[in-house]
Amino acid sequence: MSLLEVAGLGVRSADGRDLISDLSFTVDAGTRFGLIGESGSGKSLTALAIMGLLPPGMTASGSVTLDVPGRGRTEIVGAGERLLNRLRGRTTSVVFQEPLTALDPLMRIGHQVAEPLRRAQGLRGRALKTAVTAALEEVRLAEPDRIARAYPHEISGGQRQRVAIAMALACRPALLIADEPTTALDVTVQAEILALLDGLVSAHSMALLFIGHDLAVVSGITDHVLILKDGKAVESGAVLDVVNAPRHPYARELVGSARELDAALDRLGEGERS
Amino acid sequence: MSVEQALVGAPDGEGPKAATRHVSRSVTLTIGCVLVGVIVLVAVVSLFWLPFAPEDTSGGRLMPPGAPHLLGTDKLGRDLLTQLMIGARIALAAGAGSVVLGGAIGIVAGLAAGFATRWLDDVVSALLDILIAFPTLLLAMLVAATQAASLTSAIVAIGLAMSAIVARLTRVLVKRVLAHDFITAARTSGTSWPRVVLEHVVPNIWPTVSVNLALQFGLAVLAEASLSYLGLGAPPPNASWGRMLQEAQASVFIAPVGVIAPGVLIVVLVIGVNLVADGFRDVADPTRRRRR
Repeated sequence: MSLLEVAGLGVRSADGRDLISDLSFTVDAGTRFGLIGESGSGKSLTALAIMGLLPPGMTASGSVTLDVPGRGRTEIVGAGERLLNRLRGRTTSVVFQEPLTALDPLMRIGHQVAEPLRRAQGLRGRALKTAVTAALEEVRLAEPDRIARAYPHEISGGQRQRVAIAMALACRPALLIADEPTTALDVTVQAEILALLDGLVSAHSMALLFIGHDLAVVSGITDHVLILKDGKAVESGAVLDVVNAPRHPYARELVGSARELDAALDRLGEGERS
Repeated sequence: MSVEQALVGAPDGEGPKAATRHVSRSVTLTIGCVLVGVIVLVAVVSLFWLPFAPEDTSGGRLMPPGAPHLLGTDKLGRDLLTQLMIGARIALAAGAGSVVLGGAIGIVAGLAAGFATRWLDDVVSALLDILIAFPTLLLAMLVAATQAASLTSAIVAIGLAMSAIVARLTRVLVKRVLAHDFITAARTSGTSWPRVVLEHVVPNIWPTVSVNLALQFGLAVLAEASLSYLGLGAPPPNASWGRMLQEAQASVFIAPVGVIAPGVLIVVLVIGVNLVADGFRDVADPTRRRRR
């Protein structure tokens, strides 16, 4: 049984434009699904629609259902705030693109990580402090106690993203949504964060919905992908099928440019060696 | 780069320039605190001890400074130092009262306006703009005309005018904070709106709002002095610095101390408050504070 089922999802802006139309896909428990598209294609909106967090003025249509333990299939589109708040963090959780703005600049890291732990697991005092340290250790932050006392501007971009991941994982969600989690980072840090996500998702057998614009990055971490263009799905399937035999012209273009970049890098490498 | 370097080498940077800037900030704060502290001390002392009774006119009219009247007497023969000490009380009460009133109304209204969307937002901001365009003194005169002139009516008038300014600032700050990902991030982890406001919105707008409130305190002191000068402030025998100025201006060439002394005190308090506000900004905002 699928964990997340998006069926005929549409998102309309306040002035009546269709930002996403007729989008359907499913994510099974423990699997990894990639959403690929250029900026403005509606990837992040899809994530927000799944969380029931569309910006004011936007309306969703269609259906987004989640399999919630002890509650069965739950419809997100049109659900009340109380119900959504219970699901958020526990069933689904998000890691955002920009780690600096995703953390409250005026709150110490430890406090921010403690917040979801306190609410979801009811921890207090010493137990809470231990849990915060453990959460920071889990995302491979050296010196977790010092990081816990720091403010977001006092740590590096990669460290911030690790903190954001720790917060997203705090309630052990069944589905983790990663919205371009590596786009704002250096390439070397990107690889570390991807490896970290990969490991954690496997370790907790979570499902992952990975959103990105870079075919190489997304196909590296997911097993199924869906390519979005202007709010419409243009191609979807297993990663290998899409990469090896893209059908839609836009998908072919994406794969082509990824291959071109690869080839260019290879040529550069050869040039250096000769 | 080690973690330690990454930590310290944050955007505001180390280096000698950052250090001097930091020092000058704390100097600002210190000078401001001393200036305000002196006025507060005078006001507190005035509650327990005054050189002469406020209504004591036995000293003779317009006496020059000297014993027993250290700063001389006014045109009714009252001791000037006594009047000034009571005036400190009035000035501080006016500043604090209007900041509390204006701050409370302004912050609550601003928070509500910050969350309003579309037409409601337009209506609220138009309303605030109209209120702000309305001169404080005119508003105060209206309040004083309907009520009797008193310190309370002056505080109400100044506080109301201030609340519109505070509300507009708060509204903009709230809108800016709400646009940040960390609000969405808090929401994605299931934080309810009231909690988001208390835990994230208020702490993030507070550094700016509190500095603005401190600046408003100085403006409120000036406004009270102006109202009293116009006869719309605290009525006698409560000596207000503004009314002392007005009463002494006719005899400025005979007894200049009567004008200079309250004038200097107004300037000292307002400058002091402004310096405190300026220095306070760094204390209130951890992103400006250097790591201990």
